[in-house]
Amino acid sequence: MRKLMLGNEAIARGAYEAGATVATAYPGTPSTEITENVARYEEIDTEWSVNEKVALEVGIGSSIAGARTLVSMKHVGLNVAADPLMSVSYPGVNAGLVIAVADDPSQHSSQNEQDTRYYGRFGKIPVLEPADSQECKDFVKKAFKLSEDFDTPVIVRINTRISHSRGLVELEDRIDFELKEYDQNPNKYIVAPAVAKKRRVVAEERLAKLKEFAEDSELNQVEYDKKDVGIITSGVAYHHSKEVFEDASFLKLGLSYPLPQKMIEDFVNQCETVYVIEELEPIFEEQIKSWGLEVIGKDVLPTIGELNPAIIREAVLGNTKEKLELEQEFPIRPAVLCPGCHHRGVFYILKKLKLHVSGDIGCYTLGAFPPLQAMDTCICMGASVGMAFGFEKARGKEFAKKSVAVIGDSTFWHTGVNGLIDLVYNQGNTTVIILDNSTTAMTGHQENPSTGYNVKGGKAPNISFEKLGKSIGIERVRTIDAYEIDEVERIVKEETATEEPSLIITKKPCVLHKRADVINDPLNIEGDLCTGCKKCLDIGCPAISFTGETVKINETLCVGCELCTEMCNFDAIKKGAN
Amino acid sequence: MDIIIAAVGGQGALLASKVLGRLAQNKGLDVKMSEVHGMAQRGGSVITHVRFAEEVNSPLIEEGSADVVLALEMLEGARYISYLKPGGKLITNTQKIDPMSVIIGQQEYPAELKEQLSQLDLEIITEDALGLAKEAGNMKAANIALMGVLAKNTEIEKEEWLTAIKEIVPEKFQEVNITAFELGFNSEV
Repeated sequence: MRKLMLGNEAIARGAYEAGATVATAYPGTPSTEITENVARYEEIDTEWSVNEKVALEVGIGSSIAGARTLVSMKHVGLNVAADPLMSVSYPGVNAGLVIAVADDPSQHSSQNEQDTRYYGRFGKIPVLEPADSQECKDFVKKAFKLSEDFDTPVIVRINTRISHSRGLVELEDRIDFELKEYDQNPNKYIVAPAVAKKRRVVAEERLAKLKEFAEDSELNQVEYDKKDVGIITSGVAYHHSKEVFEDASFLKLGLSYPLPQKMIEDFVNQCETVYVIEELEPIFEEQIKSWGLEVIGKDVLPTIGELNPAIIREAVLGNTKEKLELEQEFPIRPAVLCPGCHHRGVFYILKKLKLHVSGDIGCYTLGAFPPLQAMDTCICMGASVGMAFGFEKARGKEFAKKSVAVIGDSTFWHTGVNGLIDLVYNQGNTTVIILDNSTTAMTGHQENPSTGYNVKGGKAPNISFEKLGKSIGIERVRTIDAYEIDEVERIVKEETATEEPSLIITKKPCVLHKRADVINDPLNIEGDLCTGCKKCLDIGCPAISFTGETVKINETLCVGCELCTEMCNFDAIKKGAN
Repeated sequence: MDIIIAAVGGQGALLASKVLGRLAQNKGLDVKMSEVHGMAQRGGSVITHVRFAEEVNSPLIEEGSADVVLALEMLEGARYISYLKPGGKLITNTQKIDPMSVIIGQQEYPAELKEQLSQLDLEIITEDALGLAKEAGNMKAANIALMGVLAKNTEIEKEEWLTAIKEIVPEKFQEVNITAFELGFNSEV
């Protein structure tokens, strides 16, 4: 049976068919749907971990204890998990340990474009690169076997275009993978120097064997056609290149680390001109050139952004298809806070109070953009708390009274909590606001430690921000309804004025969430009460626009949250008017 | 066949592409589709690529190659018009949704978009899909109403479209979506 599947869905299916029984992850676009799909298989114990480091640590434990285990994350998540990743490389695994990592070329939803293949070289860990949904499934199964055969964790590297493209996948049955014996082996798994030095040698020997394996592996495929042009490529770039070069010869690298040197040498020698078409960094190209071979790569192809057939065509062949063009610049349409989003009112107040806002990663990062523009910084997951404390360290207590950290509920549990403990321990005064919408919203509504539910939809402990704050020694912990903006203003003023750390929790479920309680009928402008003062536009609601004389409310977008009614001095916005 | 769906996040481009994917799969064809998830869905500009043929390589349609651009919002159709092949069909909703830059007065929604687009080497078909969806009983069905217009402009049998819709759309929304599809299919545009 063939099924149309997202690449991420196919990764999950691969783990299922390979007999995996444990899966862990922290959500992050573009990797999130892997775990949402794994969770649907009742045979697989699945969790949303608090962060990627914990996800991988649970995964390592589970592998040593004998279960085939899938750990998933986005590329920057691997930075958080880098310590366990680098550290498990020498000891190796027991049952197969596969780490699916989704890169985000073109930064559709990410702060950088880092290339996960570097982590393979860095950690001496094999990297597999599927090119489409079918290969996502097949390669995950191969990765489990490779992991066990070579006693190593294996990275399966995908990217946005593979994760979020659908293709037909041939489904197969799940194998009956028997739980392996628990591997009680301190001489392997205690990375104290005495043991780790010996494992260092083992890791190098393993790499040599993997290089031999790469030469004969069916993961790497040579397709000879005309030999005047040869293409060395991997992942989705293979399919893009196929569109452009119909009769060229191809060397498709499914195992992108370590490389099959002899196979590549042979291919380059047989073809007249060889192009290395790889997305992001020139990782193949630099290795191949270091062997004294002549290839063309980033000389003509871009390092920045994802590739597509048009980019490859223009870079290599120097031509483009005829296309239609309007001689006009279009207004941009970036993502915005949704109509009814409860973050909107909080940011309106933070801007009104002219506070320096140390921000974090989530939907609420959108509060940085016009017209709200209520955020100064946003660097990485959980950084808001530590950075706000850094503002205070550099500029003193008075500056702390003019600044706050804002962080979402899931991001707080991810790595914000460490910053908060640091703040209390080191006697800071900074005010931290947790924007609690009771879900991990930006990635599509995943559960987290304070939603009360787990990844499978079952009940889970609901960990309390208030009790956590109190227990680590914060005296001033306040919880408020995020829609009550007068109250938000009063409390933020009070808490920033104190000379001790404060924790404010602004609470309201995400308006798009199935548990949301705020969806009402759309509002409307009543008669001729609107004077066109445009004050309501200051909150940046996409449902309100200016017609030239008055404002109008888009009935398809408005969810009736009534935040705009608090802005209007003329009482012009009403329920069910017109 | 290569189809670009241009939309604003939240308009239902994903459901429309799933129906197209099922339609092609039912015909026994190879299918690849590329979607936008995550940040770009929060009311942002969204482009979905749908490709079906005997064999499909890249999940992305090359600029100048799409047979159809199906625009759930007109500005988004104009934004991605370079994907349409010369002489191709632009099927667009007449609905306009102001982006934030227009709402706050930094930029203007382009005037006379339809007239400008009509100057290009393409066939333009406009439809008030939101109006049809309201008529069908749910504003959210504008995507499927516009799909009715698309269906009328292909060689694929109407029954095949209806089958795909029934297989993809959740049961409680089927009736309204099928009504919307019929209204689009029978529209006199």
